[in-house]
Amino acid sequence: MTHSATVPAPSLPAAAYRLWRGADPIQKAAILIGLTLVSLAILAPLIAPFDPNSQSLIARLRPPLGFERAKAGFLLGTDELGRDVFSRSLYGLRLTLMLAGLGATLGLMIGGTLGLLAGIAGGRTEASIMAAVDTQIAVPFTLVALFLLAILGSSIEVIVLVLGLAGWEQYARIVRGEVKRLMNMPFIEAARAAGAGPLRIARHHLLPNIVSPLVVQFTLSLSNIVLLESTLSFLGLGVQPPTATLGSMVGIGRDYMPTAPWIVIAPAMMILLITFAVQILGDWLRDGADVRLRAR
Amino acid sequence: MLSYALRTLTRMALTFFVIVTIVFFATRLSGNAVDFVVGEGITSEDRELLIAYYELDKPLFSQYLAFLRAFTDGQFGLSFIERRPVSQIVLERIWPSAQLLLSAVALTLLVSIPLGIAAAIWRKSWVGSAVMMVAFLGYAVPNFVLAIVMVLVFSYWLNWLPVVGNGTPLHFIMPTIAMAGVLIAALTRFTRNAMLDVLGQDFMRTARAKGLPEGRVIVKHGLRNAGITILSVIGLQVAGLAAAGSVVIEAIFAWPGIGDLLVNSALRRDYPVLQFGVLTVALAVIVINAAVDLAYAWADPRLRHTVQA
Repeated sequence: MTHSATVPAPSLPAAAYRLWRGADPIQKAAILIGLTLVSLAILAPLIAPFDPNSQSLIARLRPPLGFERAKAGFLLGTDELGRDVFSRSLYGLRLTLMLAGLGATLGLMIGGTLGLLAGIAGGRTEASIMAAVDTQIAVPFTLVALFLLAILGSSIEVIVLVLGLAGWEQYARIVRGEVKRLMNMPFIEAARAAGAGPLRIARHHLLPNIVSPLVVQFTLSLSNIVLLESTLSFLGLGVQPPTATLGSMVGIGRDYMPTAPWIVIAPAMMILLITFAVQILGDWLRDGADVRLRAR
Repeated sequence: MLSYALRTLTRMALTFFVIVTIVFFATRLSGNAVDFVVGEGITSEDRELLIAYYELDKPLFSQYLAFLRAFTDGQFGLSFIERRPVSQIVLERIWPSAQLLLSAVALTLLVSIPLGIAAAIWRKSWVGSAVMMVAFLGYAVPNFVLAIVMVLVFSYWLNWLPVVGNGTPLHFIMPTIAMAGVLIAALTRFTRNAMLDVLGQDFMRTARAKGLPEGRVIVKHGLRNAGITILSVIGLQVAGLAAAGSVVIEAIFAWPGIGDLLVNSALRRDYPVLQFGVLTVALAVIVINAAVDLAYAWADPRLRHTVQA
C-alpha cells in the first residue's frame, strides 16, 4: 500500500488487463457473469421484447419456448397475468442492481463520513458514533428493514434509504480503524506540521489510503444488499407490484410453482448469479488488497 | 470476571434501551397509526375515540414515558387486528421459533465443524477446495430460493414432505435445512480458518512430536483451541443470521413462530404487535450475544482484561 498520492497510477485498461491475467478460472467466470448481468441490466429497454407490465390474458401461464403450449415470442414463457417472463426478468434485474448500487453508495457515504468523523474527532463524538455502530450490529438488520418499511411504506425512496442503512456500520468501522491507524503515521504528523487543517488532511492524506479497503467492502456489501432487497421484495415489503424486481417475481411466482415453475426459475437464477459473481469478485479484491495474504 | 460480567450486562441494558427509544420514535414518525388501521369509512368521532383509546393524542414525550412504563407493568397494549394483548400473541410464538432455531443450529454444528476441520487439514487437496466451493455456494444461494427449490422438488414433484405448519417431525426437515444453509456456509468457512490458524502453532508440533495419534492431536489440541474462536462466531453471526433467516423461512413455511408473525404484522401494519415482536427478537439477540460474550470471557481469561473497543 502506498502512503502518498504521488505514485503514478497505471492506465485503467492496463490495470484491468493485469487483474484479468491474475484471476483464476472461477474468478474469470465471475467477472464475465458480472459484466453480462450489468450489460443486460443497462440494455434491458433495448433487449426486452415486451413491455414488462403489459398483460395478455389469453396467453397466461405459458411455458418457455420448446415446451408444449409455448407461445411464439415468449422466450421464457409468461406469468399469471400473461406478462413476458424474459422481459420482466430483465427489468427486474435492472431495478434490483440499481437499488443495490444506490443503497451501497448511500451506506458508503453515511458510514464513511461517520467513520472519518469518529476517527479524526475522537472523544465523545467517537464514543457516540461507535455506540450507534454497536447498536446496529446488535440487531439483525432484516428486522430493522421490516420495521422501517412497515412504518414508512414501501416507496422507492424508503427502500433505498433502508438498503443504505444496511451496512453503513461496516464502513464506519473500517474507516475509523484505518483513520486511527494512519493518524499515528509520520506523514500525517508532517502534514499537520506543515499547517494542513483537518479537512485537508482528510481529503489529501487519509482518503487516498483508505480507498482500497472501501472498494472491497463496497463489493462485499453489494451482494448482501441484493439479498436483502430480494428478500424484502419476496416477502411483499419491497418495491410494490406491478413493478418487477427479481425478489418479487420469485415471491409472487411461488404461488404458481406446482404448475408454472418457469416464472420463478429465471429471476431466482439471476439472484443466484449476482450474489455468486459479486462474492467471488469481493473475495478476489480483498485478497488482492490484503498484503498479508499475498505471502500465502 | 464479576466486573466483566457487570460491564457486559450494563452494555446489554444500554443497547436495549437505545433500541426501545429508536423503535418508539420511529413508529411515531409515520403520522397517526390509527389511520392505517381503520380505513376509509370511519366517522371522525370514532376516530377520535380510537386515538384517545391508544393515547395517541398525548404529547410525544408522555407517550414515550407511557411506553417505557409498559416494561414495568407488562401492559404492552392490544393488537390492532386481533384485539388481544400483544405480549400474549408474541409469547405464544416463541417456542415454535426456538424449536426451529435450535434444530437449525444443531444441524449447522453437526455439519460445519467436521467439514471445516476437513477443509483445514486437507487444505491443498480436492477435499479442501470442494468443501470451500460448497460453502461458497451456500453463501450465494439466498435462503428463500433454497426453500422454494426444496418445496418444488420434495413437496410438489416427489410428494415426500409437507409444506405448511409444524405439526410433525417431517415438517421440520425443509425449514431446518433452509435456515441452516447460510449458517453452515458461514461456520464452515470460519471453522476452517480458525483451524488453519491453530494447525500452524508450535503446540501442535509438540503434541505430534510426543507421539499422540493424529486424531487426538486434531481434536484435543486443535479443536479445543479453535473452539474458543468458533464459539464467538456462533454467538455473533449465527444469532443475527438466524433471526434474519427465521423471518423469511417461517413466512415461507407458515411456521407459527415470531418471524412469520413479524412479516404478517408488517404487511397488515399491526404496529403494536410489530413493535413488541421486534423488541422481543432484539432482546433475544442481545441476550444471546451477551451470554456468548460471557462464555467467551470465561473460556479465555485474557479477554476479561482488555477494554472493549
